[in-house]
Amino acid sequence: MPARVITVTSGKGGVGKTTTTANVGVALALLGKRVACMDADIGLRNLDVVLGLENRILYDVVDVIEGRCRLRQALIKDKRLSELYLLPASQKRDKSAVKPDDLIQLCNELRPEFDFVLIDSAAGIEEGFKTAVAPADEVIIVTNPEVSAVRDADRVVGLIEAAEKGPARLIVNRLKPGLVQRGDMLDTSDVLDILAIDLIGIVPEDESVLISTNRGNPAALEEKSEAGKSFRNIARRLTGEDVPFESFKNQGGLFGRLSRMLRRDGRAA
Amino acid sequence: MKPSEDGIIIKGSREGLLITLGPGAWHNALGALEARLTATPEFFKGARVALLVGSRKLVEADMRAARDLLAHHDVILWGISGDDEETQHVAALLGLDAQLSPRDQAEPRPRPTTTELPIEPPPPIETAGTGGPLESSAVDDHEAGLIARRTLRSGQQLRHPGSITVIGDVNPGAEIVAGGDIVVWGKLRGTVHAGAMGNETSVVCALDLAPMQLRIAQYIARSPEGRRRKSAPEVARVRDGKIVAESWEIK
Repeated sequence: MPARVITVTSGKGGVGKTTTTANVGVALALLGKRVACMDADIGLRNLDVVLGLENRILYDVVDVIEGRCRLRQALIKDKRLSELYLLPASQKRDKSAVKPDDLIQLCNELRPEFDFVLIDSAAGIEEGFKTAVAPADEVIIVTNPEVSAVRDADRVVGLIEAAEKGPARLIVNRLKPGLVQRGDMLDTSDVLDILAIDLIGIVPEDESVLISTNRGNPAALEEKSEAGKSFRNIARRLTGEDVPFESFKNQGGLFGRLSRMLRRDGRAA
Repeated sequence: MKPSEDGIIIKGSREGLLITLGPGAWHNALGALEARLTATPEFFKGARVALLVGSRKLVEADMRAARDLLAHHDVILWGISGDDEETQHVAALLGLDAQLSPRDQAEPRPRPTTTELPIEPPPPIETAGTGGPLESSAVDDHEAGLIARRTLRSGQQLRHPGSITVIGDVNPGAEIVAGGDIVVWGKLRGTVHAGAMGNETSVVCALDLAPMQLRIAQYIARSPEGRRRKSAPEVARVRDGKIVAESWEIK
């Protein structure tokens, strides 16, 4: 079976594209899938850092495209998972170094060797985005439960649909259940109400992600991490498994319930 | 539909407006175009336009004049299409689309391939005979409209000289400008402008009317802020110089 090429994109920057790519890649590899993670954010290389593989880079994606090395030489094998590989971005060049056709060609070379090729897109809707989406069989849109991120995601969904790369699927990242319960944050249903695309995961805000990202040790590897569990569930859903969506209730307990009741009464009055 | 006196025909297409200029000298044709732009600025503001020039032979200066004229009215000239080969060549040199693809010519096609805003079926619509902004007949009630059978997302735009129907939602950041009515069979949260050529009798209706901004002819209204209301079908229209939204009731 040739690989499914999945591009992870968002429109807005800083919503967690790279973290998602790394963690979903790790989670798929944990399921025994052969996974290549490609950093298509040329000039702003960071997927390697999140995966903790920065010090192993010899060649990058631009070297492959410009013929300075073979694809195999540029692929970095993960230090933990034998089925996970990284194709790093170039840090010295910019978006103009890679054209959509280059990436399509590259993915065609990767397809026979892997089950999944995950492409970490650049933010925005310009060249970097267009290039990253060109080879995609499927698209995952990452957004945060905030109005500006959802607005940008909506723009991107429109572009994806127009390019007939859809249907795109959605990950709502960095959800704070406490804020949602207090009515101070968009709920997943609010996000879906606007975007009206299929949901593939909800990832709660989790300090362990920040810590693990800084250490180059993706949270999906950590059994206890709540976000890690969400990323593992996303991987299972990608493989076709029917996994119910998590309901996060860290504001439970008597105090949480009491304060919610009081608030509700206060609002009704 | 009979052609208007100035010979100008405006059609809607997926890429923008297609304007066929009347016969005669270029500066006369541009003069007629300018009269249109001045008469209904609200309709043209921010539009993308291609000029269909027929068999005219145009030189670079002619095209620059057209581009400057349109730019002056905040309209982007995206293409010039004509029969003359030299004219096509000059247009291409200026970075304009000289060969309008079949889909830009608004011919009916089963399914769009790649476009920012696929609409089906494409509208072979003309607004001939639209006179000034204050003519109540500016948009013919019987004129066929444009139907977009999809959700309009942020950044997407629909513009048509007739009426526009959307079967789907209109999300925040999306924009609709119509010469006639706007009907949204879904949630309307974007920005809409009905009667953009000056027809105050135009209406906007939606299953859930909560637009970012709603304009009818020269009137502007915003949805009330902060109030979360039950969603119910509503119609917005101009009454006594104000835009009012009324619940939709079958009489």
